[in-house]
Amino acid sequence: MIAELGAFALLLAFVLSLAQFGLSAAGRIRRDAGLRGAGEGASVGAFIASATAFFALMYAFVTSDFSVSNVAANSHSDQPLLYRVAATWGSHEGSMLLWCMALSGFGMAVAVFGKGLPTTLKPLVLASQGALGGLFMAYTAFASNPFVRLATPPVEGAALNPILQDPFMAIHPPFLYTGYVGFSVVFSFAVAALIEGRVDAAWARWVRPWTLAAWSFLTVGITLGSFWAYYELGWGGWWFWDPVENASFMPWLAGTALLHSAIVTEKRGALPGWTVFLALTAFTFSMLGAFLVRSGVLTSVHAFAVDPTRGVLLLTILGIAAGSGFALFAWRAPSLKAGGLFAPISREGALVVNNLFLAGALATVALGTLYPLIRQAMTGEAISVGAPFFALTFGPLMALCLLVLPFGPLLSWKRGDLLGAAQRLFVAAGASLLVGLAWLLVVQPGKGFSAIGVVLGIWLVVGSLTELFVRARVGVVGSGEAWRRLTNLPRGTWGMTLAHIGLGVFVLGAVVETSGRIEAAQALTVGQSLQVGAYTLTLKGVEAVQGPNYTADRGTLLVTGPHGPGGAMTPERRFYPVNRQATSQVAIDAKGPSDLYVVLGEQRTGGQPSWLIRAYWNPWARLIFGGPLLMALGGLISLSDRRLRIAAGARARARLAGEVAA
Amino acid sequence: MRLARLILAGAFAALSLCAASNDPAERLPDPAKEARARALFKEVRCLVCQNESIDDSEADLAEDLRKVVRQQVAEGRSDVEVKRYLTDRYGEFVLLKPSFSLGNAVLWLTPFVLVLGGGAILVVRARRPEPTAPLSPDEEKRLAALAKADEPVA
Repeated sequence: MIAELGAFALLLAFVLSLAQFGLSAAGRIRRDAGLRGAGEGASVGAFIASATAFFALMYAFVTSDFSVSNVAANSHSDQPLLYRVAATWGSHEGSMLLWCMALSGFGMAVAVFGKGLPTTLKPLVLASQGALGGLFMAYTAFASNPFVRLATPPVEGAALNPILQDPFMAIHPPFLYTGYVGFSVVFSFAVAALIEGRVDAAWARWVRPWTLAAWSFLTVGITLGSFWAYYELGWGGWWFWDPVENASFMPWLAGTALLHSAIVTEKRGALPGWTVFLALTAFTFSMLGAFLVRSGVLTSVHAFAVDPTRGVLLLTILGIAAGSGFALFAWRAPSLKAGGLFAPISREGALVVNNLFLAGALATVALGTLYPLIRQAMTGEAISVGAPFFALTFGPLMALCLLVLPFGPLLSWKRGDLLGAAQRLFVAAGASLLVGLAWLLVVQPGKGFSAIGVVLGIWLVVGSLTELFVRARVGVVGSGEAWRRLTNLPRGTWGMTLAHIGLGVFVLGAVVETSGRIEAAQALTVGQSLQVGAYTLTLKGVEAVQGPNYTADRGTLLVTGPHGPGGAMTPERRFYPVNRQATSQVAIDAKGPSDLYVVLGEQRTGGQPSWLIRAYWNPWARLIFGGPLLMALGGLISLSDRRLRIAAGARARARLAGEVAA
Repeated sequence: MRLARLILAGAFAALSLCAASNDPAERLPDPAKEARARALFKEVRCLVCQNESIDDSEADLAEDLRKVVRQQVAEGRSDVEVKRYLTDRYGEFVLLKPSFSLGNAVLWLTPFVLVLGGGAILVVRARRPEPTAPLSPDEEKRLAALAKADEPVA
């Protein structure tokens, strides 16, 4: 019964999305407030309906209703509650439903929070959002309906893939999808601006908060996925340049470029065409990502719910949505008026350079992901593009981008003083070069690339702090005054600095972990020990344990470090009988920013029983995930800046009007 | 991740996760040669896996390929010779780093051409002075009036 309600709600959401499109468009054409209001109402209705469908599916999963085909294929009554909930978005159908709910949710958010939007722009944004919603909901309802019933329901379900039964993997998709789909609002704003033929500072100010929100969610989503790979794969890798990872990284790169170019458009009215182009690009890459992941055209280590026949439909949707967006751009962009002039050495100039590198990086990732497909289609030859390719192309481009990054915030708008900025960055340059030299001579002698990475990381962190200190005049004024100035800096400045520091922290973590990892592997009998870095691991025993839906061998290893004996680590090998599948549950012991990482391998037969123990010392591994979280936090702090607060403009206008009346 | 691989490797693999590249049983006695073999592993694709190098993969085929590479390295072949040995048998698909060939020129050069080209366009634009729009007749009149007003009173 609940499943039928869900199926009905999904169809209703589809119809309401079409109504949102039609009514909003008609409201704009006829300049009719009633029609516009009806369009807004439809957007609220579409969200309520799609949320109803989503929670109906979740209910079917939680109650293990195996008469629903999707539940039978992806859940099992033994699964803990968290994983029955998470199974809702663990399948193709469920994840598309989550996508649809996010799409209509963002449409509703524009209708509800966009009170200050011009009455010409707002209905067009909602119409575009409704059209996107209609496309994806039609696909979900008619080609990938999660509510299809089975004529003969099985007694038990087939269970969610065991390696998805993990707390981080459970919350990873909602963050990722909120990020992906958040860019749809930006896409709709771009479409609306192109139809109106006006891209100005006010438009950019409206676009920025949505971009920031989507970007922050996407950053968290990607980080969660990477962290999951780090401990679930069982050998500590966290980024593989895998097509599915690239699929989430491409919209992130486009979104990052957009964040920066939108600042130029907002503050100076310049680069309107480029900003609109990026706004269209970000969501296009989100859709491309959905297509790549869901269609199975690319083999990947992350692809779980793949169906080639649906790929064609998703490609068609991508073609319709992106095609009309870019066609509109080609038609209308030449008429966009370019704004403020600026000298090459200026804040604007620095942001343009940032965009140049980010666009180059985006093209590299896109090409590396799609080229094997193109080459195979054209010549029939299969090639692989893996990590070594990206290290040689993406690596140097990004290194250059990071090298110029700290200059940007120190340059003033219109015409900057490069020499002045360089003088201020003297400390950052000195500190990073000094540490780099020490790195090259003492810490990791002869490892040039890792030294360059460490220099870049410290350069970013200290360089970003420099900007903060310069603005607060630390060292020029008294400490009390400097503190007052620091706390009075706009949150946007704090957010930017935090995000840039986060990037530096990430670079440090990535470089130190990759170059300094120590690994050891040895077959141990009980009582034997193994040395990894400064730590000794002694196998105390292996026992059988019973989980809720798995059985496991749990090894217990005593850790002895430089400061004497520490705690015990308990890696497991789990076996899920329903899936007939084994997984490895690694044990991670955080030592400050570094990780001691232990995997229990197979039992060696013959003689005394022994187990293959693999242990890794991953120095500064925590920074790899902490850095991006700092970046996302920076994004959210920027978002809370009062200048960007949603409807701040409307409130300010209302206040002004009140003052004038009084 | 492991799932996809295990399906390919067959259900039996699910019951016995094989050892990965740093298994002591597989290692070469000479540490320098072992390090070279490990570096090579990172550039060789596990053909039945979903986009994993044989350094990361636990599939049986990856284990076999590791044996082949270690044997070649132990016999004193150079990195290029080992890679050629692999591509002769499995095609270019086996290398995670595409060759610098004419067919891959687009792949290798596009990122740099884009950035350099974009940079060149920006530099050219920055050097060309922005044309200033001519004043409208109204503005001309105002300018003339202002100039007149500024003239010192005789």
